[in-house]
Amino acid sequence: MPIEVILPKVDMDMATGKIAKWHVKEGDAVKKGGLLFEIETDKAAMEIDAPSDGIIRNITAFEGAIVPVGQAVALIYQDGESASAPVAAQPLPPVKPITPAPRPDAEQPAVLPAAAASGRFPATPLARRLAKQAGITLENIAGSGPRGRIAAIDVQGALAKPAAPQRVEPGSFEVIPLDGMRRTIAQRLTLSKQTVPHFYLTVNCDLTRLSEIREILNAQAPRDAQKLPVWKLSINDFIIKAMASALKQVPDANVTWADEGIHRHHSCDVGVAVAVEGGLFTPVVRAAETKSLSQVSKEMKDLATRARARKLLPAEYQGGTTTISNLGMYGIEQFTAIINPPHATILAVGAAMERFVPVNGLPVLRTQMTCTLSCDHRAVDGALGAQLLAAFRTFIEEPALMLA
Amino acid sequence: MNAPIRELTYAQAIQEALATAMEADERVFLMGEDIGVYGGAFQVTGDLVHRFGEDRVMDTPISELGAAGIAVGAALAGSRPILEFQFSDFAALAMEQIVNQAAKMRFMLGGKVSVPLVMRLPSGSGTGAAAQHSQSLEAWLAHVPGLKVVQPSTPHDAKGLLLAAIDDPDPVMVFEHKLLYKMKGEVPEEAYRIPIGKAVVRRKGRHVTIVATSIMVHRALEAAEVLAGEGIEAEVIDLRTLRPLDTATIIESVKKTTRLACVYEGVKTLGIGAEISALIAESEAFDYLDAPILRLGGVDSPIPYNPTLEKAAVPQTSGIIEQVRNLVKGRI
Repeated sequence: MPIEVILPKVDMDMATGKIAKWHVKEGDAVKKGGLLFEIETDKAAMEIDAPSDGIIRNITAFEGAIVPVGQAVALIYQDGESASAPVAAQPLPPVKPITPAPRPDAEQPAVLPAAAASGRFPATPLARRLAKQAGITLENIAGSGPRGRIAAIDVQGALAKPAAPQRVEPGSFEVIPLDGMRRTIAQRLTLSKQTVPHFYLTVNCDLTRLSEIREILNAQAPRDAQKLPVWKLSINDFIIKAMASALKQVPDANVTWADEGIHRHHSCDVGVAVAVEGGLFTPVVRAAETKSLSQVSKEMKDLATRARARKLLPAEYQGGTTTISNLGMYGIEQFTAIINPPHATILAVGAAMERFVPVNGLPVLRTQMTCTLSCDHRAVDGALGAQLLAAFRTFIEEPALMLA
Repeated sequence: MNAPIRELTYAQAIQEALATAMEADERVFLMGEDIGVYGGAFQVTGDLVHRFGEDRVMDTPISELGAAGIAVGAALAGSRPILEFQFSDFAALAMEQIVNQAAKMRFMLGGKVSVPLVMRLPSGSGTGAAAQHSQSLEAWLAHVPGLKVVQPSTPHDAKGLLLAAIDDPDPVMVFEHKLLYKMKGEVPEEAYRIPIGKAVVRRKGRHVTIVATSIMVHRALEAAEVLAGEGIEAEVIDLRTLRPLDTATIIESVKKTTRLACVYEGVKTLGIGAEISALIAESEAFDYLDAPILRLGGVDSPIPYNPTLEKAAVPQTSGIIEQVRNLVKGRI
């Protein structure tokens, strides 16, 4: 019996996966453990290896296809099997030749004018399903079947062809198919904004002390074998550590809402939003209150790198009670963020900016950063959120307190 | 050391199943026209009358309705009758007992009784026996809840399905094919059973599913062999049981191959192919279809006596090859 290659379940709540890329083709010899294809799930990209040695055949899911978990996408034939398969030696070319034009004696024109005029296109159920999955319309696909019927092979042909340059009409648009990540973002954030009662608290944090300490720490960083500093702390590393320290100081805010009751967490796990191509991830720095700044920094660098490569494990972006979303690098002065369920809070961090502030009645130039905390009012009331944010500001303005 | 493969004809395999059942269970007995000293219209019962005596291999008068009524009564009384019709066409004469009695008793008496009878029905065309002796009426009986209907296509299945039918507590109609009686094939000596309600994939393929019954399984397999030489890999499913229908096997296959052809000898219109086509159209396999469903069945005509026309009236291998090729190549 040939061995089935199935679409595996690589994420907890995964129902389908999209075949992102095949690394082998029909008839290729594959080795157990060798890379077969990549899938894209709601959250991540995964590489799927061959379950055994043999010849790969019967690839049924083409690139871009969305396949239910557990479905066979190809078969691997063992040595003896490929030999006994009747036409194994000859991989099948597309079984349906594209007929250029109907023969003069054909009863019907290739495309019924009535069908074209009415906007209805004869197509097989499979062709319709493939077109829908790929997010293309049947309109511009030439059907090769009788009466211009569009079959699966026609859709696959249309997908393989580079799109013809199109004249841009005013008001025209293109449809970008929704991938798993986009759907997940849409679903979770809609749920959050519609069902979680948000309120917002804003403070300005003075960065004078933080900047001084950061400069000293970075200047004093030990060097590794290549004479490179072993750490380079960012403001964001301080923010993560400060948020964790604030949660430790205000444990009632280190919570998540659940129907059975509020979960008060024992460890201060801080999610950090990382923008990636086509979406974002929020990897979680665990127990950040117990870690040194350099540890937090190193861990965050690794998580961010792997998030951009979509190589995070599901466990690395699940859990936590809060999120840091920092848009300071884009010069954003202030914004409000949507809570990432089941978190109770999210901190929207603006850019470090020089502002004149009154000191003893005189304007003094200070570097400030505006932070807005969104709170889930079900779990965190106004005063509690204010305590958390005040504690955060204290740690940012006097980072030495994080050493205590 | 491997034992040599033991081959029997389809008729011998049936006779072996009958003898096995009669030896194992004295409630089992045979009835039918000329099944005793004559050995049966197609020599299936052969010399069983000499082995088991006239009490257990009973010749009946030429009254199918009467014999069927006796069989139903005997089954209700605790026996295990096996009634042979000379031709399945004559089941028409016994419809009252089959449809209104045998099929209904268990249900109308609240499950307090069952009717464990078997009817053997030689069917199909190709013997030059003309319109009244050549029909394939299995879809008629498969339409009746309370009956089970099987159609063995090989000597192996003929024995295994018949033994399963004899064991079964409900009336089972076994449609044998007259042209298959002389077919030889491997038949193990032991008393094995082929489960009723399970189809079998006779050949694996990925471009088209051919669901066939009885002798059409062999024609479909011949066609698949020829088509394989052209790069078309047909999957051939032998239905084996019409009621209850093994829907899962058909649906799974069509989801894989995206195309369906049904090949059967009964009249195409309102036949078993219509049921399978509708099953697929109603099922999850619908979204996997990449071509119209093809039905190849008997023409809408009584089976002609003229041998050329008789052949033309039911699917033949060459026609299956041509039509399935057209289906896969997107020409229909």
